[in-house]
Amino acid sequence: MFTKAKMAALAASISFLALSSAQAVEIEYWQYVFDSRVQAMDKLIANFQAANPDITVKHTTFPYADYQTRVVAAKVAGQGPDVVQLFYGWTDQFVNGGLIKPLDPAVFPHDEIESEFFPIVSAMKRGEDYYGLPTAVRSLALFYNKALLDEAGVQPPSTLDELLAVAEATTKRDGGGNITTAGITMDMAGQDHHWWRETLIRQFGGAPYDAEGNVAYDDAAGAAALKFYTDLQTEHKVGLIGFMDEGQAAFRAGMAAMTIDGTFRLGAFANNPFEWGVVELPANAEGLKSNYSSYFANAIGATAEGEELEAAQKFLAYISSPEAMEIWLATVGELPARRDVALTEANLADPIRGPFLKGLEYAQTTRFYDEAAQRQTSIDMVNRVLLEGQSIEDSIAQAAAAEQGIIDAGRQ
Amino acid sequence: MTAITETRELAANRRDIRPGRIIAWTLLLIGGLIMITPLLFMFSTSLKTSGQVYDLRLIPAAPTFENYIKVLGDGRFMRWFLNSTFIALTVTLSNVFFDSLVGYTLAKFEFRGRYFIFLAILSTLMIPTEMLVIPWYLMSSQLGWIDSYWGIMFPGMMTAFGTFLMKQFFEGVPNDFLEAARVDGLNEFTIWWKIAMPMVVPAISALAIFTFLGNWTAFFWPLIVTTSKELYTLPVGISSFSAESSIQWELIMTGAAIGTIPTLLVFLALQRFIVRGVMLAGLKG
Amino acid sequence: MASANATSPAGPSRFWDRLNISTKRLIWAWAFLALPILFYAGIRFYPTFQAFWLSLTNWDLLRPAQFIGLANYQKMFADPIFWKVFQNTFLYLIIGTPISLLISFVIAYYLDRVKVMHGFIRALYFLPYLTTAAAMGWVWRWFYQPVPIGVINSFLSTLGIAQQPFLRSVDQALISILIPAIWAGLGFQIIIFMAGLRAIPSTFYEAARIDGLGEWAILRKITIPLLKPTTVFLVVFSSIGFLRIFDQVYNMTTNDPGGPLNATKPLVLMIYQTAFSSYQMGYAAAQTVVLFTILLIVSLLQLYVLREKK
Repeated sequence: MFTKAKMAALAASISFLALSSAQAVEIEYWQYVFDSRVQAMDKLIANFQAANPDITVKHTTFPYADYQTRVVAAKVAGQGPDVVQLFYGWTDQFVNGGLIKPLDPAVFPHDEIESEFFPIVSAMKRGEDYYGLPTAVRSLALFYNKALLDEAGVQPPSTLDELLAVAEATTKRDGGGNITTAGITMDMAGQDHHWWRETLIRQFGGAPYDAEGNVAYDDAAGAAALKFYTDLQTEHKVGLIGFMDEGQAAFRAGMAAMTIDGTFRLGAFANNPFEWGVVELPANAEGLKSNYSSYFANAIGATAEGEELEAAQKFLAYISSPEAMEIWLATVGELPARRDVALTEANLADPIRGPFLKGLEYAQTTRFYDEAAQRQTSIDMVNRVLLEGQSIEDSIAQAAAAEQGIIDAGRQ
Repeated sequence: MTAITETRELAANRRDIRPGRIIAWTLLLIGGLIMITPLLFMFSTSLKTSGQVYDLRLIPAAPTFENYIKVLGDGRFMRWFLNSTFIALTVTLSNVFFDSLVGYTLAKFEFRGRYFIFLAILSTLMIPTEMLVIPWYLMSSQLGWIDSYWGIMFPGMMTAFGTFLMKQFFEGVPNDFLEAARVDGLNEFTIWWKIAMPMVVPAISALAIFTFLGNWTAFFWPLIVTTSKELYTLPVGISSFSAESSIQWELIMTGAAIGTIPTLLVFLALQRFIVRGVMLAGLKG
Repeated sequence: MASANATSPAGPSRFWDRLNISTKRLIWAWAFLALPILFYAGIRFYPTFQAFWLSLTNWDLLRPAQFIGLANYQKMFADPIFWKVFQNTFLYLIIGTPISLLISFVIAYYLDRVKVMHGFIRALYFLPYLTTAAAMGWVWRWFYQPVPIGVINSFLSTLGIAQQPFLRSVDQALISILIPAIWAGLGFQIIIFMAGLRAIPSTFYEAARIDGLGEWAILRKITIPLLKPTTVFLVVFSSIGFLRIFDQVYNMTTNDPGGPLNATKPLVLMIYQTAFSSYQMGYAAAQTVVLFTILLIVSLLQLYVLREKK
């Protein structure tokens, strides 16, 4: 932990600086728009500013779709953020683009980071340097609509076979056979590509990537996993890609019995006008479970210098502190990135947080080179099967070649 | 022109009674109603709560302005509306001034290089904006214009289209008037501004309407050049608002409606004027 | 600039007075043109050449541009996605232009003769032209949703017709995006056609009637030939519009831009993604050069085909 004493010393030195310069420092914090995340960050900023009257933090948000472009554009215009949020899978692009600078080990000692955070924080390390710290980590789980399951007289599934049965029992169709309530949402552009990549492929006996990080799913296991997924729409007709436009929208509207989504959705689903629950992602017949964990980290912008840099470091230390993690957990629902803040008995026993925390124990973290492009290969792979009638094997071979191309390009 | 229209209207009157005319009229009306169906559904949905969105009746069971209060509540839309208005107005004024000035000079002054300049300006009509966007972006980033009103506006401050339109009209202004003014000792700028400009008012209003509409709905360049939300124009704001709404259709429709209402009101007030302006700009341009 | 009312543009008045009238007028002309010449040189011509130059470099926003010859063009012509996008761009053009012109001509032709509620009916057709494509893209996206929320599919299913995938289909998505684009442009085309129809002197029609020509023959032998300038303008104008389609596609396919499977991606969206999502500015510049070439060829071709026969 960044000890209280150290924090106090840092605070003292900053306020001393502030006194001597007699001028408030303004730093800018950037993240993408997601209601509950914005609210949580507003709270953190308010707390931080109350404790540091000499620093103001300007909170700027952008739509997820063009967030990265905005960061790059700002860098080009020479006006980047001082503290910036980034997905761990973008780290290469941000480091290579000179958008963020390494954390100063004097302020953020490596041994403390490594002993206090979950090990997946290592995905922010390049060479000897850490480039950012997460406030929260996320994992996946299965959300279910209690009312719809009760109506069908079924229990939430714990295996893939049960998942199919529950989906079948809860799907409603109109006279023309069109789905009016989906058993399970299908949204490859959402979290489903992670579910397929890190969970289904492993559950069908394969691995998404080999030890060197090359694509390894172009085999029978990958094909079986893809078939399982596309069969939801083609064979079992319990879901439809594009139903209600997005999976989360369908679940939120009460028009889907189940959806696979992450911790970050808890805040958005909190106001759902129906009762819902969460269970771990279903295991396969042999009981094998797998999950995908990821996080957004906060990093220091490359343009931060001087007293802005010091203020930025202080702000980063605060938003990575246990207190900030508690606030983030309460507001957004994302799991604390520090082990001892996350793995409390209360959290493990919590009906909502519990399944996500358990998922974290057996979760994988994909090493992305270009997260958006790699996701697109999965979207296209499923679309080729569903919309163009391409065979599972051909589609997966094409996807594997495309993704390997992205990985090769990223390594250069 | 008026005489022609009158005789044709008389003829039309006589023919109106035939059953074919009535069928054509009815079909035209139905077609027109179909044209505005998307707008009707947009307004209707913007008056529904999230629970009623699935009820696809055109008249909401219990209309509510809740969505409008929610969407307008934080002032973002107001800001974007003002941005768009300011930008469209400024660009329009600039076009009216410069396009007229250049069009007038090319129409009414004799000098070497006149034809070359006219052709050079006209040839820019062939250059698509999309091709210039990358160099503009580079230029804007070097000059610090990214994320500023000027950055959004500068590419459109003059247009070849407007220059061409105004030149056409100034050519119709009789030289005698201008010569008479010269004899009276007026300088060239005054002659243009006080004598020539008032004679092409219909063309000016056509150019103004066309330019305003084009800039009011512009999306591509403002999307690229703005980075902070405070500077978004209404179309960029609506697009980003919709993408961020987690697909809550009643809010998306409200945003779209808010973006449409001002133009509708202006149109209803100035229909004749706008239609004539667009006609003129389209025909002579 | 308004101060020029009172004073002359150049030098002390004595010097100015000595100049003869034509020299004075020459100075005035160049004074009027000075700023516009700077503008067109700096904001139109220089960027055009720069776009050509950038297309030969590997500029990526973050590092300085290096000359790499025709590598961007080689990469582009070897990219199957580029050819798919190329094809889509032309599909937007060859479906969009004739259909929208045909519809708008028919409507204008009949609307021109309508007197009862003329202004009201004209307004109905004209209103969509005043809307913002970015906002209407979302309205149409909602229209195309599957049941239970999509208006069109709900309507189809009450008629007992199977629901259509629309935006979720590699075959229907492009048309589904084209419809709002046609819809929005119709009002403009109708107005222009009506203006063109009004400009035809009624003596032509009277003469034709005296000659005993029927309605159809009048349409074919008088109206359509005399409307040619209007038609040429609208063909060129709307072709350029369809070749540059972007707003609708961008807003209707935000989850999978230009998808599914690039079925709707036009060249401008590809340029946008290459430049502002992948920051490959040089490669994007090469794509803009292709767009420029296409626009140039298509406009020249149309002007040639539809030229006045002498």
